[in-house]
This record gives sequence, C-alpha cells and structure tokens, in this order.
Amino acid sequence: MKTLYDKLWEEHHVTQLDSGESLLYIDRHYLHEVTSPQAFEGLSKKNLKPWRLDANIATPDHNVPTTRGNNFTSDLINDEISKIQVVELDKNCNKFGIKQFDIQSNKQGIVHVIGPELGYTLPGMTIVCGDSHTSTHGALGCLAMGIGTSEVEHVLATQCLKVSKLKNMNVRFEGVPQVNVSSKDIVLYLIGKIGTAGGTGYAIEFSGSYIDKLSVEGRMTICNMAIEAGAKVGLIAPDETTIDYVKKNSFLDDELFNQAKQCWKSLRTDDKAVFDNEIEIDVSKIKPQVTWGTSPEMVVNFDDPIPTIIDSNEESKKNVELARSYMGIQNESKLSDLVFDKVFIGSCTNSRIEDLRQAAEIVKGKTIAENISEAIVVPGSGLVKEQAENEGLDKVFTDAGFIWRDPGCSMCLGMNPDQLKPHERCASTSNRNFEGRQGYLGRTHLMSPIMAAFTAINGTVGDPS
Amino acid sequence: MKSNSEGLIIDGVVAHIDRDNIDTDQIIPTEYLKSIKKFGFEDYLFDGWRYKDDGKLGVTKEERIIDKSFILNKEPYNESKILLSRDNFGCGSSREHAVWALRDFGIKAVIASSFGDIFYNNSFKNGLLPIILDKNEIEFLFSETKQNVLELSIDLEKKEIIYNQKCITFEVEKHLIDRIIFGLDDIDITFKDKDKIIDFEKNRISTRPWIFK
Ligand code: SF4
Repeated sequence: MKTLYDKLWEEHHVTQLDSGESLLYIDRHYLHEVTSPQAFEGLSKKNLKPWRLDANIATPDHNVPTTRGNNFTSDLINDEISKIQVVELDKNCNKFGIKQFDIQSNKQGIVHVIGPELGYTLPGMTIVCGDSHTSTHGALGCLAMGIGTSEVEHVLATQCLKVSKLKNMNVRFEGVPQVNVSSKDIVLYLIGKIGTAGGTGYAIEFSGSYIDKLSVEGRMTICNMAIEAGAKVGLIAPDETTIDYVKKNSFLDDELFNQAKQCWKSLRTDDKAVFDNEIEIDVSKIKPQVTWGTSPEMVVNFDDPIPTIIDSNEESKKNVELARSYMGIQNESKLSDLVFDKVFIGSCTNSRIEDLRQAAEIVKGKTIAENISEAIVVPGSGLVKEQAENEGLDKVFTDAGFIWRDPGCSMCLGMNPDQLKPHERCASTSNRNFEGRQGYLGRTHLMSPIMAAFTAINGTVGDPS
Repeated sequence: MKSNSEGLIIDGVVAHIDRDNIDTDQIIPTEYLKSIKKFGFEDYLFDGWRYKDDGKLGVTKEERIIDKSFILNKEPYNESKILLSRDNFGCGSSREHAVWALRDFGIKAVIASSFGDIFYNNSFKNGLLPIILDKNEIEFLFSETKQNVLELSIDLEKKEIIYNQKCITFEVEKHLIDRIIFGLDDIDITFKDKDKIIDFEKNRISTRPWIFK
C-alpha cells in the first residue's frame, strides 16, 4: 500500500547510492535568471553539456521590470546589475541550446505560472527548479521541489537529483468554504496551525472533499505555499479536473495524450496506505486570513485581535515582540486598525486568471481608497495577461485606479523596480512576509486576492462580503 | 581519499542570534542575488540587521552605516566561525547565496534546533555544517552566552561539541559529513552511475514517451 509520493518516488528511482541517498531521474527542469548563472558557469568550467536539452525550459522573471510595454529587450533594463543577470540567461540559453521564453516573448512569465499553462508540467513528472516555490507544480500530481544552485548544475549535467526520501503527510481539507474564502485563506490557515516548520521533512499530500472540488489554479496556490509550511513537496492526486486542465494546454497529439491519461489514472494514494502524519481541517470554519507579522505562521482571522506579548506564551514572546516592532504595530489592536499604503496583486501564488477574476469582482465599479498610494496588478504570464485583457479585467482594474503591469515576480521580492519604501504597509497576495522581502523595511501583510482587492478599495482590511 | 584535516575541528567564539525562523531573506536579502558569482557575499550577510542603511550589490562594508549593536559587528564575534540560533534556521527560499554568505563571512557551523530542508541540503555542498541539537541543549548554550563569551570546539569526525570539558554529541548522516571532510563533488560521484541513468532513461522513453516531447 503506497502513497502518491511513494509511487512517484519509485517510478523515478534510478539507483540507491552507498551514501543511503537515491538518484532520482528528473523529467522537467525549469530555470530562471537568478539561480542559474553559477550553475552554467560550473558546467562550462567542467566542460560539460546539459544531459537532455528538451527537459529544460527557461524564462526570466525575478529581475524583469513590469513596465516594459512593447518591443522591450533585455538591454533596456535600467538596473545595470539586474540587466547582467537577464542577459546572462539569454547568453547561457543560446550557448547551451536551452529553450527560453525570453523577455520579448508573449509567453514569458513567472516560471511556476508558465510551466503548467504551456503544457510543460504534466502529471507524474519529477520537476525541479532553483526556486523553493517549485512545489506549485505538485498541484498537477507531480513530484516537484525547489533545489539550490549546486543541484541546478547537477541536474543539468546528469538529469538526476541526489536526494533522501521524505516522510509522508496527509492534509485533508473537508467541507465547503464560506463566501469570499479562497484557497489562499485555507493554506494560510494551515500554516498558522502547524507553523512554518510543521511540514519540514515531509511531502504533504493535500486531499479531501474541498480539494476534489477545487480548480487547478486553486490547487496551485495551496501547493505553492507548502514550502511556507516547511514542506519541500506539496502534491495533489490528478483527477478529471487535472486532466481537463492539462488537455486544454497540451501540445501532445491525441494518441499520446490518451496513452498518458491511462497512466495518470494510477497516480493516487492507495486506500490503505499509511501516512506518517495526518491532519484534517474543516474548511467551513475558516474566515479570511491575514498575516500580521514577519513569518507566514503569524496569521489570524482578519477580524481577530493581533497577538500581543501579554497573551503569548514564554517561548514566542520574543518573536512576537520583534515582529510587532518591525511591522510598526503599536496600539492598534486589530488588523483593520492598520492603514495601508500599497496593494500588490500578483506572484506565483496568486497571479493566475482565476485570481484576477476574483479580485476584479470586488473592485468592479469602485475606486481605490485615498490612503492607497499605489495598487498594482501583475499578471503571472503573458498568456494570463492576454486572457485577462480579452475579458476586460484590465479595464476594471484601471478604472478603479489600479495600475496594470507586464508579467514578472514584481513586488513579491525586492529585486526589480517594484518595491516598498521603508515603513510602507502593503496588502500583498504573495507568499512571504519576511523582513525586507518587498523592499528595505517594507511591511507585508499576506492575504488572498479578494482581501487585497478589498483593502485597495477600503484602505484597510475588513469584511469583503 | 584525502581528508581536509584542518576541516575536522571547528572551534572558537560562538555568535548567537536568539530568534526562531531566521529565513534566507534575513541571511541575505534579494538585492544581492543579482550577483552572477559564487563568492564575495561576506559583506551582505544579515544585511538588514548589520547595517542601518539600505545596501546595494557592490557597495562595501566601509561605505555603509554599521549597526554596532548587532552581534557580528562586535568583537570577538566578528571573527566567529560558529553561529547559534533557534528553530527553523534557513527557512524560506532555496537561494544557495544564503549558504555562500555565511561561508564567505567565515562561518563553518550553524547550531540550531531545526533547519529549513533546502538550506540544510545546500550547506553540505559548500562546506558549511548545520548541527541540530534538541531545544534543551540550545537553551543551555544560549544561557551560557549570557554569562560570558561562549567558545566551543566541534569535532566533525566524532560528531561532538566540546564545551568546558562537557561533551554534546550530535547526529548527522555520514555521507553528508563526508562531503565536508573530503570536499566531494556530487557530479563526479553521480557520473559513476552513468550507465544506470542511460538505461533508466531508455526505458522511460519507451514507457512514458509523452515526457520526452
Ligand atoms: S513570484 Fe515570488 S515566490 Fe514566486 S518565483 Fe517569483 S519571487 Fe519567487
């Protein structure tokens, strides 16, 4: 009796090493400009070539400006250092013959958004990328995980990864969520419960009646944030929803697709398989979640009091004190007492079409609050952008006072021009509220696209319904 | 195989940062990930805490406003090879730059009650030893730092931390510590199994052809 993770592990197991680790064969390798240059340099120094070219897909996302407009090329990036990195990716992809959706391509975007939508992420694959949010692809029934730069080089050279097997955890989400509660709230709630180290050492399989009804986009949001719960791997068994999604984006011919489909049907945990850890969560009780501190586990219901040192236990007092101070929380007792400066809708967690639709629904016909100095919407990819524009969503946002941008990681991290200024408070749909993550001394509150859109209109968090 | 004998003992003053969940954005902020090099990150380690101003890649320590109260800016901790922290050290992003920054600063071992998975893995590939101790032992070491400057000696082969004649043992898988002791290169090791990879791939192409399109 095996779990889905066990099955994927066995299917890709090349050999057991003397060290006790295993060599796993890697089906797909995504690359971006930040964690690849040193790996390519390593290959060159050792006079090696990529083992299997067609396994690799690259795109620039972290450094790219999101105000590019048409006819933008890598050399037009203002920040000289960012430019070097993006140009370096161009050079390396040309030199080694790796397929890249470059800055000019209408299919460029955040690596975890473009992979599934271009049909490169398929159920049953092992997928790696020098980026911790690679866990996103697990939503399609893949064994997907983030790796470091040394491992990027290793995978390029050998098509394999040296790893030890993780333990199995099952998180079952049961029930029907309340209105305006999305998969982002559900995963934030989980992280609040088990903590950012709760999943360390585990592959988490998400299941339950909530997941069964959830779209692939919603599933990606959940698997994306598995790493924020400490788990390198998050995964969901492929079902009809997955197969419809894959079919829609697939470049495979019908015969091959049908052959693949038969195989994907076996990708599920056996009924009697035993997990090392199991958690069940009733999603009908979950309210919209908003983080108040500097770790994703510092999260509460949007209308609950912000924790204070007085009500914290001995162990967490210091963390609470440091987080409150960094976040500039003084006498405010609730999140709704905090006045926001910026709103960011985007990132590999929440920049897909469904996220934009949900946010647009809230914004429609309204105007952003006076205290919001900037509200930006950054579609996750060129294709998401195109789709949203076809549906008129860009217009809904810009009419309300939002700025509509070109695809990239944008304000999810302070590497490109979209950054917070010191002490600015941001409602963000991204995944990390670490100190300085969105810019030096910036203050990040993580939330769903619905709540971020509401905050833009209302100026503070509140009840979106 | 020849071992790197001076790498077998790590000793000296322990710098301590009493926090849980020190994430890789704290260890090195994203700004410095723009570098395309593998070295030269020492000045940017814990950048947000070490300086009172916002830094940029290429701007050196000398040009910055130093926060003298931060432990790594104080003697003798500015020369520490060992760092002590709490739970979930190195959580967050997969950036190997976090390990490079610690390594470039001169840190050879980090002691914590747990580590982020990817950080833990990246460490061994760069000669940095992450040591997991249980929370009581961590608490004990922190309490010692309050009295005086804590000095430890870590024996990699014996997996022991020696402090004031006391000995704390730690667990780490042999193959991982060998990587540090012998400075092994993973790609060379994997290529020994090249034929197995070729066979595996051939089989996969025939049973899962859609993956190779
Ligand atoms: S959107 Fe954010 S989390 Fe996702 S890949 Fe980009 S920087 Fe990383």
